[in-house]
Amino acid sequence: MFLLRILQGDRGGQAFMLALIATLVAVPVMASLPSDHPLFISSYTVTLLGKYLTYALLAVAVDLVWGYLGILSLGHAAFFALGGYAMGMYLMRQIGDRGVYGNPELPDFMVFLNWQELPWFWYGMDQFWFAMIMVMLVPGLLAFVFGWFAFRSRVTGVYLSIITQALTYALMLAFFRNEMGFGGNNGLTDFKDILGFNLQSDETRMGLFIASGVALALGYLACRAIVKSRLGKVAVAIRDAEDRTRFVGYKVENVKLAIFTFSAVLAGIAGALYVPQVGIINPSEFQPLNSIEVVVWVAMGGRATLYGAVIGALGVNYAKTWFTGALPDAWLFALGALFVFVTLLLPRGIAGLFRRKGGKA
Amino acid sequence: MSEPLIRRDRVFDFMVPKAVDGLDLSHGTVLYMEDVSVSFDGFKAINGLNFYVEAGELRAVIGPNGAGKTTMMDIITGKTRPDKGSCWFGQRHNLLRMDEPEIAQAGIGRKFQKPTVFEFHTVFENLELAMAGRKSVWPTLIARLSGEQRDRIEEVLSIIGLETESKQMAGSLSHGQKQWLEIGMLLMQNPLLLLVDEPAAGMTHQEMDRTVELLTSLAGEHSVVVVEHDMDFVRALNSRVTVLHQGSVLAEGNMDQVQNDPQVIEVYLGE
Repeated sequence: MFLLRILQGDRGGQAFMLALIATLVAVPVMASLPSDHPLFISSYTVTLLGKYLTYALLAVAVDLVWGYLGILSLGHAAFFALGGYAMGMYLMRQIGDRGVYGNPELPDFMVFLNWQELPWFWYGMDQFWFAMIMVMLVPGLLAFVFGWFAFRSRVTGVYLSIITQALTYALMLAFFRNEMGFGGNNGLTDFKDILGFNLQSDETRMGLFIASGVALALGYLACRAIVKSRLGKVAVAIRDAEDRTRFVGYKVENVKLAIFTFSAVLAGIAGALYVPQVGIINPSEFQPLNSIEVVVWVAMGGRATLYGAVIGALGVNYAKTWFTGALPDAWLFALGALFVFVTLLLPRGIAGLFRRKGGKA
Repeated sequence: MSEPLIRRDRVFDFMVPKAVDGLDLSHGTVLYMEDVSVSFDGFKAINGLNFYVEAGELRAVIGPNGAGKTTMMDIITGKTRPDKGSCWFGQRHNLLRMDEPEIAQAGIGRKFQKPTVFEFHTVFENLELAMAGRKSVWPTLIARLSGEQRDRIEEVLSIIGLETESKQMAGSLSHGQKQWLEIGMLLMQNPLLLLVDEPAAGMTHQEMDRTVELLTSLAGEHSVVVVEHDMDFVRALNSRVTVLHQGSVLAEGNMDQVQNDPQVIEVYLGE
């Protein structure tokens, strides 16, 4: 009942939620078909879909702060990557003595660097529950501290975007360094299993796919609940008339901080689900380009709709997979063309097509 | 600041709560501004201004462009910090130590010169957001509209004459309607002191008459300070008038007194 109330009046969200549930039911069925059946889905495809779903969750997180709060974050991939690293650390510790060097205590890259003992920040990461807390805590804490300073000093607009960009760039440079203790250039990889399940097995991959779908559904509902609440209305008010909101009596900084931090936590969760499916996390995830790409997904799907972000993330990434397979060199041109096309012809994104008649944002 | 650096009677100043609940108006004055000065890049926008507003008073502020009317409102509402002087709301609230939301929550509402409403919210939602109440993050997240609050919003809707537009986006309203909506948002905040910057701009004569009626009816329960250029409008308010010139008070009194003041005639009306 409660869930239905959240989706009330959100036609696109209802359709998206039904489609997501249908996918989560259909994919396991289709994967269990005999491999010569026309509807058969390989476990490669399942993992690919799972990866898309984590991207969609990241896009929803970005849409929450950009579409509704007006903060154009060009550094959200940093929170995604931090969540990913936290998960990666857990997966590294699960390798145990099955690494190349067979050291039961230290991950391979540490043995390679001649380290004698585990750095303090790796403590506890062999516990799943602890790693999961870190998945949310680390991005959340960074967003909180960053937002505390940025919003309090009333940095807005383009300047804020540039600082978020600098944040992710700085993290990328830091994570590239071997001394940081996160595997440097190579990052964390060669994962074996998660919670005792083999990461290469079809069942685990299916499990991760379903977990990604469930996380996306819950994340969507949480964002939708915020947007529907009075806090969500205050967020839109801040986006449109920040000064007015202050003079009405709302502490703009605190509202921004709360929603920005929540969004970072969502991005972290998305990253944590992404890493076991792609099997690697390295500093290139912090690339400024990645964050910008997320913004492009949201813009294409349609800002301030949430489900538009999902459409954008899935659509663009499907196109990317297709293009990089068929015409590898043309992908960036295609992405650019798509972006120009959407901005010129569909200022409200793909979602804007569905609500020509509706009117209400 | 003329205050000594250390005062032996006020050692732990930082421990005194900034805003004591409940306004102390025992002296009958809502707003005290004393010896306030502020300059922007050497230009003195406000220069040794002394300005008092009594409880329940309706006050019009006039003055030529650049006289410091809007800057004065910026100082009262916490947007601009003065270089010197003091500014108190009642006896207990030092406005110079509070930020904009704190001042708004303490009971000072402001209407901007350019009507500013939340364009992507309906008229009803605009009023809902402005409603007095707890406005920190968590209470806002779980807030539900009670029947009583709904009634209050309906009431204000009828006062500002926007009942039929209640479900319309505020961005689609006409200029005059936005002015009214912004006044309605002020009413929802239920402030003790209303600062109204040029309410009559863009209004027809009938709308102006209704605005005068509304502002006059508000005085008494609230204190109202109106900044306006339109002389007919100020005359219709039939209140005390303060004339600002070059950042300080040039004259004060009723409209007739002010209009016959030779200084005022020289700088403003007589041109």
